[in-house]
Amino acid sequence: MTQSVVVQVGQCGNQVGCRFWDLALREHAHVNKRGLYDEALSSFFRNVDLRKSDGGDCCVGGRIQHLKARAVLIDMEEGVVNGILQGPLREVFDSTQLLTDVSGSGNNWAVGHLTYGSAYREAIVNKLRKAAEHCDCLQCFFLIHSMGGGTGSGLGTRVLSLLEEEFPDVCRIVTAMYPSAEDDVITSPYNSVLAMRELTEHADCVLPVENQSLVDIVNKISVMSHGAKPGSALRKDSTVTSGQGSLSPTEKPFDAMNNIVANLLLNITSSARFEGSLNMDLNEIAMNLVPFPRLHYLVPSLTPLYTLADVNIPTRRLDQMFSDAFSKDHQLIRADPKRSLYLACALMVRGNVQVSDLRRNIERLRPSLPFVSWNQEGWKTGLCSVPPVGHSHSLLALANNTCVKPTFMELRDRFTKLYRKKAHLHHYLDVDGMEQSIFSESLSSLSALIDEYHQLDATKARLIPDAQRLSIAR
Amino acid sequence: MSVVTVQLGQCGNQVGQELFDVISSDAQDGQRKTYSSVSRERFFRQTSQGDFEARAVLVDMEPKVINHSMNRAAKSGRWRYAEASHFSQKQGSGNNWANGFRVLGPRHRDAVEELVRREVEHCDVLAGFIPMMSVAGGTGSGVGTFVTQCLRDVYPSSFVLNHLTWPYGTGEVIVQNYNSVLTLAHLYQLSDALLVHENDAVHRICSQQLNLKQISFGDLNRVIAHQLAGVLQPALTPDSCGAYSGNPLGELVSALACHPEYKLLSACSIPQMASASIAFSTFSWPALLKHLRQMLIANTKMEEGIDWQVRPPPASAGRTSSLTAGGFNASLANLLILRGKDVYSAETGGFEDPAIYTSWLPPAEALSLWKSPVPFDKYEKSATLVSNSQALLRPLDDMVRKAWNMFASRAYIHQYVKFGISEEDFLDSFTSLEQVISSYAQLQC
Repeated sequence: MTQSVVVQVGQCGNQVGCRFWDLALREHAHVNKRGLYDEALSSFFRNVDLRKSDGGDCCVGGRIQHLKARAVLIDMEEGVVNGILQGPLREVFDSTQLLTDVSGSGNNWAVGHLTYGSAYREAIVNKLRKAAEHCDCLQCFFLIHSMGGGTGSGLGTRVLSLLEEEFPDVCRIVTAMYPSAEDDVITSPYNSVLAMRELTEHADCVLPVENQSLVDIVNKISVMSHGAKPGSALRKDSTVTSGQGSLSPTEKPFDAMNNIVANLLLNITSSARFEGSLNMDLNEIAMNLVPFPRLHYLVPSLTPLYTLADVNIPTRRLDQMFSDAFSKDHQLIRADPKRSLYLACALMVRGNVQVSDLRRNIERLRPSLPFVSWNQEGWKTGLCSVPPVGHSHSLLALANNTCVKPTFMELRDRFTKLYRKKAHLHHYLDVDGMEQSIFSESLSSLSALIDEYHQLDATKARLIPDAQRLSIAR
Repeated sequence: MSVVTVQLGQCGNQVGQELFDVISSDAQDGQRKTYSSVSRERFFRQTSQGDFEARAVLVDMEPKVINHSMNRAAKSGRWRYAEASHFSQKQGSGNNWANGFRVLGPRHRDAVEELVRREVEHCDVLAGFIPMMSVAGGTGSGVGTFVTQCLRDVYPSSFVLNHLTWPYGTGEVIVQNYNSVLTLAHLYQLSDALLVHENDAVHRICSQQLNLKQISFGDLNRVIAHQLAGVLQPALTPDSCGAYSGNPLGELVSALACHPEYKLLSACSIPQMASASIAFSTFSWPALLKHLRQMLIANTKMEEGIDWQVRPPPASAGRTSSLTAGGFNASLANLLILRGKDVYSAETGGFEDPAIYTSWLPPAEALSLWKSPVPFDKYEKSATLVSNSQALLRPLDDMVRKAWNMFASRAYIHQYVKFGISEEDFLDSFTSLEQVISSYAQLQC
């Protein structure tokens, strides 16, 4: 069984991370009835016996003493991390896992990446190494940060390249929160494009998430729960909708949105943690969904978003779940994958779903989804028998689809609008180590990426004949 | 004579567990003493406490499936896996053949060879090896190919019959075609014969023949296990002089894989029905064999929906351009195994018809007949046909075509290069398989 370490950077990263740990604990509490520290728990948590003088880890199989998250929390201002340490999750982290500073990054990628990146390089590497040492078999680093700010995007991407240097064999999966057009941080386009280059070069997989999509999804859920028909009350304990254990007693505005992202992480790792008839490990995700090294942006979509309290799930609802996963309302970035080209798609199913249900739905949906010519049947499937809390089954779809191109193009447009006028540029150039060339290089990296997607898109309408086979002398 | 099974990867371990389950319950049901004891000797060894432990080595790169299979075996109460017969690591192969073949296989070679050696030492006489694996993933395919290579190196005079599960055509793993091409090309050089089950075909059996509404991988595996057990359980062969054959793998290989270019074997069995229906059905050998023959010729794996229009082409017909002439499946060699009541009176002339065989092997050589008077797996009469025919030609061609299209765009190649498989290696594998496809396409009578 493998372990994963979560590295949460910046305000957004830490808030999402906090929701993730809460949900992970709840999911395991739901499944693990006997209080034993099993393999599934050990993938994200250490079991520590505080009475031992060296604070040593206990092995798998014993009773749960004290769970510590396999996490590193980094923020350049103290508010969020302090909030976590005072909240219900304080027992799950200890001070050696935290790295904070006081003054923040001022929404400046250069400050985060260069100034703090150099100043804290040693400390960060030490903390990462410590976390890795506690793992028997470290498989993956999950990095969570936003793209628009200074710490998350700047220091977060610095951490990413440190991870590549120090742990080249460990998979790096980044969950990056992209700003919407109406973002209140003016320099978010700069920060995002500068960070994009790092993600393209150093990450194995990126799961882009857009705030606006999360807002839309949350609104849909609240419409469902308030305007519901009588007799169709929503289940309250679902991990997607309920926000218990948040940082403050009242639910903060971003909590519901962060919940969704936290569920995404939970579902991706479900097959690695629990058993099923067709397992899908984390290294298989990168292997199957990344056909070319730079095209590793995977559009996530999660269904169902809520469950009705009605326990009987007819097949129709199961099929509806599959259809929903491909509708544009359920994608976590604003994109319509059905209109663009699929390079590859992974379906991770949890709960009591059999391979015949899976096959039936793939056959049903396949004709309406445009796949690239050399990957006409490009599906990666996984079946995990343990459903998430509050649902009888769920589906996570990860698509490598050219529909990310419009998102990136918009980002590039917003960047160019500012860059042409050299607006706010001096804040960046004043930082030690920052040069104008970094801006232009990041821009061309983004343009090159958009071009690669564009090339593939161009093949969409064309009917590509089969490649000429080798001929054998008879 | 004993057979050592090596279960590799998730599929190999799941199917293997079902296989041993079928075999152990078949040998139990108040069968004739000799049959049971031969079957038990072949697949199990008895501990000092009288428990039956499977002669199996379980290999996987992550522990969940092996644990699950071992638990299920122990729960059956009839048999179990030996405590120390498994090898697992913490992290899987990531669906990457190169990772399995070039990195993980060599890294764990010694440990796996040691487990196999210990199992072989428990055998009085070794009949051969059956590695069981899928071709789509990373461990079964990559590590499995490497382990087969090791078996060949360490036991050069033993028979190696690989059981392969081919994935659904519409995909379980995106790079499944690459993994399959690399596996098949390598195994063709290493193995004596490759006995293949395709998930698509087995799925159809479950849905149309057995009428299962919700089909799970467990259902598929049970069908595969039933067919495989029908091949491997004791039978009287022409060479065994009135006793149950002591050399099942050797005789199977010499009956069917008589030419190095032709090693792909497929199986079909009759009858196949939900166990609840068996008690209400009566069987006659003429009907069973007539259906089985048509299943062979029309290349279908079940009695439901047989196309009776398919006939062997007349001798005067020339070569056609399609892979198989008018849907007719030409055979190189067939092995027919009859089990149950009145086997000695069963009329098998239909399988000796020269029209269904390719011309360069006389039907007397091409057909082998094994019999067992003991009913198999609750069927009063049952027949299993293992054939070396064009049955797998179309699926193989599809697999190569899709892999080649993907290769033409070089998609995913960087993932393999990372672990030491180059484009040259790919090209070599493609060339080998095109040769196999060409050979089978030429089998027309």
